[in-house]
Amino acid sequence: MIRTMKLALLASTVLSGAAMAEDVTLTIESWRNDDLAIWQEKLIPVFEAANPGIKVVFAPSAPAEYNAVLNSKLDAGSAGDLVTCRPFDASLDLFKKGQLADLTSLAAMANFSDVAKSAWQTDDAASTFCVPMASVIHGFIYNADAFAELGIEVPKTEAEFFAALDKIKADGTYIPMAMGTNDQWEAATMGYNNIGPNYWKGEEGRKALIAGTSKLTDEQWVAPFRQLAKWKDYLGDGFEAQTYPDSQNLFTLGRAAIYPAGSWEISGFNTQAQFKMGAFPPPVAAEGDECYISDHTDIAMGLNAKSAHPEEAKKFLEWVGTAEFANLYANALPGFFALNSTPVTMEDPLAKEIVGWREVCKPTIRSTYQVLSRGTPNLENETWNASANVIKGTETPEDAAKRLQEGLASWYEPQK
Amino acid sequence: MAQRRAVRWHIAVFLAPAVLVYTALMIVPLFGTLNLSLFNLSEAGERMFVGLRNFATLFGDPRWSESFWNALGNNAWFFVVHMLVQNPVGVLLAAILSSPRLRMAAFYRTAIFIPTILSFVIVGFVWKLILSPIWGIAPGMLDAVGLKSLFAPWLGKEEYALTTLALVSVWQFVGIPMMLIYAALLSIPDEVIEAAEMDGVTGWSQFWKIKLPLILPSIGIISILTFVGNFNAFDLIYVSQGALAGPDFATDILGTFLYRTFFGFQLQLGDPHMGATIATAMFGIILVGVCFYLFAIQTRLRRYQF
Repeated sequence: MIRTMKLALLASTVLSGAAMAEDVTLTIESWRNDDLAIWQEKLIPVFEAANPGIKVVFAPSAPAEYNAVLNSKLDAGSAGDLVTCRPFDASLDLFKKGQLADLTSLAAMANFSDVAKSAWQTDDAASTFCVPMASVIHGFIYNADAFAELGIEVPKTEAEFFAALDKIKADGTYIPMAMGTNDQWEAATMGYNNIGPNYWKGEEGRKALIAGTSKLTDEQWVAPFRQLAKWKDYLGDGFEAQTYPDSQNLFTLGRAAIYPAGSWEISGFNTQAQFKMGAFPPPVAAEGDECYISDHTDIAMGLNAKSAHPEEAKKFLEWVGTAEFANLYANALPGFFALNSTPVTMEDPLAKEIVGWREVCKPTIRSTYQVLSRGTPNLENETWNASANVIKGTETPEDAAKRLQEGLASWYEPQK
Repeated sequence: MAQRRAVRWHIAVFLAPAVLVYTALMIVPLFGTLNLSLFNLSEAGERMFVGLRNFATLFGDPRWSESFWNALGNNAWFFVVHMLVQNPVGVLLAAILSSPRLRMAAFYRTAIFIPTILSFVIVGFVWKLILSPIWGIAPGMLDAVGLKSLFAPWLGKEEYALTTLALVSVWQFVGIPMMLIYAALLSIPDEVIEAAEMDGVTGWSQFWKIKLPLILPSIGIISILTFVGNFNAFDLIYVSQGALAGPDFATDILGTFLYRTFFGFQLQLGDPHMGATIATAMFGIILVGVCFYLFAIQTRLRRYQF
């Protein structure tokens, strides 16, 4: 009697184990903890409905810790099946270490242009290891109600931009520009790399820097620092200790008129701000000059080479490469613009306005991301520090540029 | 013939759990780190033994050594602030608390000790909010007493940020020296105090001449705990200023420098070998400090037996 009971119990355990094994669970590693609800409610259910038997879990970590956390998990073999890819070297390094699988043969890769794929390819473009998801565009978001109240036109040139800032400052109702230097990265990302492309002529200047034919001490690379140094007078009181969330709140509470932005802010701002918003690209030197914008390939998804379910994970990645996903993703997250070759119709007016700049201005990516941040000192991290110092006025634009150039030349052969 | 002593197995058995856990969790990783600092990647990307070359880079390369000395200097200042503020204030609070005339001593004791059990994340975040030039109550409070002009965005200024954070840390941990000294003060026998009173030594002079010499060993222990704690500090700086320890590395201490190097930051990839080198240097600094205390100071402290 007891023996049969035992057998029955054992059999039921084995059987239920088999039943459980039918469902494959894929885990996604990501730094986009803000997007948890969108993945859980809008994206994953669509995939799960079409692919019964595969369950997907979105497991993000904090943005600043993501790279460290992911690298440790991959080394320890405990990372998820799908890995959200940072652009360029961070992911390239993982691919070279054999931690990301080669996805060149994925059918969905045909849906992306070479430029879109460039951030997740080997230097010779022979292998692609992540499926591109989205790019972000830099510019300025403004409080349209405040502009109307003070009678300010949307600035097109630098002179108009500073005239507008002066006018807002003189009026005193609004802080002219919401930005702080406490967290440093805004100064570089929304400052230097936002306004810079107009000076260094986008891709042309960026490629010249990589080739070693121009230096960071050249006029076109120092001039953006000169403009940043002028921003100091238009930032709020105590901007030295103002953090990134402080700046976001200052703007969405209607206390600041202009916000140097990345397009990823759109969905957050739409829910927070009670006023009408507009956006303008970085102002050019003179009316009619060619404009350049930073349209930065920012996010993609790859396959953990040690995944226990590579087939199911590839199925998911194929779906990430479809126009269906691009449409869902770009509209669920206005401000993350799809990289898929099939154009996506944007519904959000602010996102539509910003993505429209792609038609008039020449896009480029952030100058420090490709190749140039491979060594120590790291050019991107140094640029954060230099941009913050220049805005605070503790380092002159020339000194900052000189320091960056010396750091780069210390390890990068073409710049020696 | 002398009888052979029985092997006392129970000693080994009782020691085993602690020895095993301590070895697995502390000693093995420690030697792993020391070992890792002697390796680095070759040109081809393979791990190879480089001897002390990592240390030569850390102390010889101008960029590495500048960051290292900056972090060490900041760390030393962090420690000095704790020694000058936290420990004297802790002794003072303990002396006041042990006074029999103080009412509600238990309440004060608890209130002062509570920050110690708070998480660094809470402490860092709360103080950041208090001191925020935009939402904080610090500017408003200073304004209320007419001292608005004294307010500065302390955490954002190179010259004040580290001292501000050190004082926040003092606020958090002042309860520990207070409790230890308080316990030491309570353990002084009444006969000693009574004898002092018979001799006419009372009040502050009693504190300086009788009590302080008796609690000196406790103060020594607190100093060494502060030293080890400060040179291993990381959390508060990381929570309030991030891994880049801004503004302009003014609050960069050895812990944040180690974190950035070992795990990488943003586009900078982690370098476990240089990270282990920094960790080894930190270990050396703390070891030297502790040895100095053990051999040069503790042996000279006079102990009283009652």
